[in-house]
Amino acid sequence: MKVLKSLALGASALAFSVGAAQAQFSGDAVKIGILTDMSATYSDVAGPGTVAAAEMAIADFGGKVGNAKIELKVADHQNKADIAANKAREWADVDGVDVFAELVTTSVALAVNEVAVQKNKISLITGSASSDITGKACTPNSVHYVYNTRAMAVGTGTAVVKEGGATWFFLTANYAFGENLERDVTKIVQAAGGKVLGSAKHPFPASDFSSFILQAQASGAKVIGLANAGADTTNAIKAAHEFGVVAAGQKVAGLLVFISDIHSLGLNVAKGLQLTTGFYWDRDEDSRAWSKRFFAKTGKMPTMVQAGTYSAVTHYLNAVKALGTDDTAKVMAKMKETPVNDFFAKGGIIRADGGMIHDMYLAEVKKPEESKGPWDYYKILRTIPAEEAYGSLSDSACPLLKK
Amino acid sequence: MADILGVPVQVLMGQLLIGLINGSFYAVLSLGLAVIFGLLNIVNFAHGAQYMLGAFAAWFLLNKLGINYWGALILAPLMVGAFGVVIERFLLRRLAGVDHLYGLLLTFGLALILEGTFVHTFGASGQPYAAPAQLTGGINLGFMFLPWYRAWVVAASLFVCLGTWLLIERTKFGAYLRAGTENPRLLQAFGVNVPLLITIAYGYGVALAAFAGVLAAPIFQVSPLMGSNLIIVVFAVVVIGGMGSIAGSILTGLAMGVVEGLTKVFWPEASATVIFVVMAIVLVLRPAGLFGKQA
Repeated sequence: MKVLKSLALGASALAFSVGAAQAQFSGDAVKIGILTDMSATYSDVAGPGTVAAAEMAIADFGGKVGNAKIELKVADHQNKADIAANKAREWADVDGVDVFAELVTTSVALAVNEVAVQKNKISLITGSASSDITGKACTPNSVHYVYNTRAMAVGTGTAVVKEGGATWFFLTANYAFGENLERDVTKIVQAAGGKVLGSAKHPFPASDFSSFILQAQASGAKVIGLANAGADTTNAIKAAHEFGVVAAGQKVAGLLVFISDIHSLGLNVAKGLQLTTGFYWDRDEDSRAWSKRFFAKTGKMPTMVQAGTYSAVTHYLNAVKALGTDDTAKVMAKMKETPVNDFFAKGGIIRADGGMIHDMYLAEVKKPEESKGPWDYYKILRTIPAEEAYGSLSDSACPLLKK
Repeated sequence: MADILGVPVQVLMGQLLIGLINGSFYAVLSLGLAVIFGLLNIVNFAHGAQYMLGAFAAWFLLNKLGINYWGALILAPLMVGAFGVVIERFLLRRLAGVDHLYGLLLTFGLALILEGTFVHTFGASGQPYAAPAQLTGGINLGFMFLPWYRAWVVAASLFVCLGTWLLIERTKFGAYLRAGTENPRLLQAFGVNVPLLITIAYGYGVALAAFAGVLAAPIFQVSPLMGSNLIIVVFAVVVIGGMGSIAGSILTGLAMGVVEGLTKVFWPEASATVIFVVMAIVLVLRPAGLFGKQA
C-alpha cells in the first residue's frame, strides 16, 4: 500500500515535471516591447508614463512568469510609422520580442499591426484611437484596449447634440486619426439629427489655430469639434478662449482630450469642456489606489493610455502565466476568453475583432472653485455602457468576422 | 456680402489680420537670425530653443518669483540674452573662421540638448501662462473679434523691429557693427573691440528670440517644443528675405505670415508647406533672396 502510494506520488511528480518542461517560452523569456512617443507631442499622454506603467505591471509579477524572466524593451518611434515598423521587425527578428505594446499614433499602430501578423506576434494597442484598428484593418493578433474614435464620438458627440449643438464645424488633424475621428463623429451627429457645416484640415502639428478658429466662427456652426489631440487640442482651445468663441455662444467640443491636456491648460481655460474618457483616476477605490501608486512613481496622475497599458500588460501576463507559454495563438485565445476585471475596467471583454470593450465615461471639466486641488479635474456625468460606446459586433467592418 | 473665390470678404479681412499677427512673430524671430547671421556669419539653429527659453523664463518669473508679464518682457530677454553671451564667449567664438557647418552643428546640438532637458523636466504638454489682465478681452471690428493681446503683439513687434533697424542702420554703434562684418581686422586696427561687438550682437539676437518667446507665452502653451515647430519656417523666411538683410527679414516675416494665413483659408492642408514653395521659387529666380545683395 505504502509502495503504491509512493509510486503514485512519484508518477504524479514526474507528470508535473514533464508539464513544467513543456511550458514554452520563446527565448526563455517573455519579452514586451513598448513603442511610444518619448519626446514629442504625445509624450505626456503616453511616453515615459506608459513605460512606468508597464514597469509596474512587470514588478507586480515579480519580474517573472513561472521560470521565465519578463523583459521590457522601449523605443521612441517619434510618431513615424516607418520607424515604428522597422523597430518592431528588428525586435521580432533579433531580440525575440513577443508582444508590441502601446503604439500611440494611429499610423504607427496600423503599421506595427501588419508586422505583428507577418511575424506572428501580438500587438496590444493602448495608445491609438482609430476605430479602423478593429474595423477594416483588424487582425487576429491585435487587441485595441483603451478607447477608439467611435467611443469618443458616441460619448461627446451624442451629449453635445442632445444639449442643442445641432450644427458642427471640425478642426481636423490632417492624418489618418483626425480623419477617422471626424468621420465617426459626423455619423453620430447626423444620426442624432445634427448637421456638419464644414471642416478645416490643419497640418499636424500646427502651432497657431487663430486662423482656423476664425473660419469656424464664420461658419456659424454651434459647435466647433476638435478632431485632433495633444498640443494641437490645447492650442486650439486656448485660441478659442482668446477669440471669445465661447462668450459669443459657440461651444468647443474636444473629441480626444486627456487629463494631461487639462493639467497643462489649467481649469480657468478648460472649465466646462465635455469629453469622453476610458479612465479617470478618481472614479472608485481601486482606480484611486492604483493611481496613487502611479503618482508616487512618476509625480503625475495617469492618463487613460498609461492606466490602460498597465491593465493590458497585466492581462497579457496573466494569460501567459495561466497557459505556461507565450505562444501567440494560444495567448490570444486565452486573453479573449478571460474578462478584464481590474482597477481599469470592470467586465471588459476582448471581442473577435480585437476590441477590448468596456464602459466609457462622459466627463465635464470642473470650474476652478469646484476643484479641491491639482488633478481633481473631472465630474463624471454619465457612464456609457460598453456596447453603446463601441457598437455591436454585427456592425463591425472587420473582415475577420465575415468568413 | 461680396465673395472672393467663394470666401466672404469679411473672412478674408480677418485672415489678413491674423496673417499679420503671425507675421510679426516671424519678423521678430527672423530679425534675430538675420542680425546673428549678418554679423557673426553663424546660422543660429538654437534660435527656436532660445525662443522657448524666453517663454519659459516668463513662466518661471511669474510662478516662482511673482514677477508679472510686463517685468518678464524686459527681464526674460535679458536673462536669455546673457545666456547667449555665455554661449558665444565660450563655444561659438572657438568656431570663428571655420566652415559654417560647424556653427550650425553646434547650435543645432545645443537646441536638442535644451529641448530634451525641458521635455524631461516639464513634459511635452507645456505650462499655462495667462495674458496680463490689462490685455484680456478684445474688440469687435465688425469683420472679426480682435483680442487686445494680439493687437499688442503686432504693436510691440513692429516697435522692436523698427528700433533694431534704426540701431543698426542709423547709429554709430550700428556703423561699427556693419563695419565689423565687412572687415573686422581693419576695424580692430582703428581701436574698436571687435570681439566684444560680436558678443553683444549675438546676445542681442538671442534676446530678440526670447522677446518673441515672452510675446508668445500667453498665446501658445509654454512648451519645450514650441520653438522647433516654428524655427524651420523662420529659416525659410530668412532665406526668402536674403540672409543677413535686416529690413528684408522684417518685411518678409510679415509678408509670409499673410501668405500663410491666406493659404489656411483656401487650402488649409498646404499651409505648412506654402512658405517652402515660396522659398524654392525665390531661390530659383533670385538666389540671394528678395532683399539680399546679389553676389
